[in-house]
Amino acid sequence: MSLYQMQKFLFAINRDSEVQRQFRANPATLLSRYELTPEEHQAITTHDIGLLFVLGANGQLLMHFAAFLGMPWADYIAAMREGVKRHGPVRAGVYHMTTGMDEKVAGV
Amino acid sequence: MSLVFAGVASHAPGITGRVALADPIAAQEFHGAYHAMAERLKATRPDALVIVAAEHFANFFMNNMPSFAVGMADHYEGPIEDPTWLRIERTTIPGDAALSRRLIVEMMQSVDLAYAEEWKFDHGIMVPLHFLTPQYDLPVIPVNINCQGPPLAPLHRAWALGEALRRAADRVEQRIAIIGTGGISHWPATPDSGKINEAWDREFLARWQANDRAALLAYTDEATYRDAGQGGFEIRTFIAIAAAARGQGAVEHYRPIPPFAVGCTIADMEIAED
Repeated sequence: MSLYQMQKFLFAINRDSEVQRQFRANPATLLSRYELTPEEHQAITTHDIGLLFVLGANGQLLMHFAAFLGMPWADYIAAMREGVKRHGPVRAGVYHMTTGMDEKVAGV
Repeated sequence: MSLVFAGVASHAPGITGRVALADPIAAQEFHGAYHAMAERLKATRPDALVIVAAEHFANFFMNNMPSFAVGMADHYEGPIEDPTWLRIERTTIPGDAALSRRLIVEMMQSVDLAYAEEWKFDHGIMVPLHFLTPQYDLPVIPVNINCQGPPLAPLHRAWALGEALRRAADRVEQRIAIIGTGGISHWPATPDSGKINEAWDREFLARWQANDRAALLAYTDEATYRDAGQGGFEIRTFIAIAAAARGQGAVEHYRPIPPFAVGCTIADMEIAED
């Protein structure tokens, strides 16, 4: 797993408007700079927030990528829950899901 | 001069960004407590505000992650987040590079620090400033403790950082205020967002108010992670303030507000001599 590289991409796109522009223009070219697994690559290009969460992306990085993609907060929370439902528990890192699938603690 | 004000406050982005989702009365009371802290801070006539924060990959990343970093610039930018998401306008915040440098040099006598001549503030600093110095008219000196990317500095090193800050503040002629900002228990940016362990928070705040060094340092990261979530690692910021102020704490406000994803806290600490 190249979690570090995937998070490095998230770090770059969150803070650099030029990286954001390149991602919008040609994601494949931009992502070629990072040593990603096919699964990570696909999760990024298909905007699969749930899978990125399961792969272990730090939530403080993923939260802003979701906002960049235009996802409202409730949809972003739901996407992470859906990711765990589809792919199983988070595989790495410290951002996990400990609540039940239908347990919406913040009401969303 | 010396330290003239010490306190802690929550910084979750929902505090400004998701007000519409919260119970209006709870949000209003918490914001009111924040504004009241701003008045108490102002009354001490500080020349500079040191903010001990736990940033979230705005500047520091796992390619080169300092346990502790101090800003050393004459101005900073923020927020790094989309202003419409955080609902705080992007602006320039004054710093004081010369004062930073004097503080850093003294702190380095006992703590190894990274310094940063460039720093973009994220919600961890911008949310407190939005309430405490909304005109951005007080020079800010940012201090960061890595609470995001383990391995993290042990709690006793966060205490040592606070002691170093106090010693450094006491050796400059400026009047220094210090604010620690972090969550207590919380699980932000996960599907658990909004989960808050109120009993754990109240026990932690009791130890903090008593400024009980041994009890504050007795937490292990393993137990904190289990009981207080990955956001609980940010207790390091509160611990640094206790070490700097040395006095008894007073919790002015505490209430869990789930859409803000944290037990919303405002607390002052008396500045004791020894």
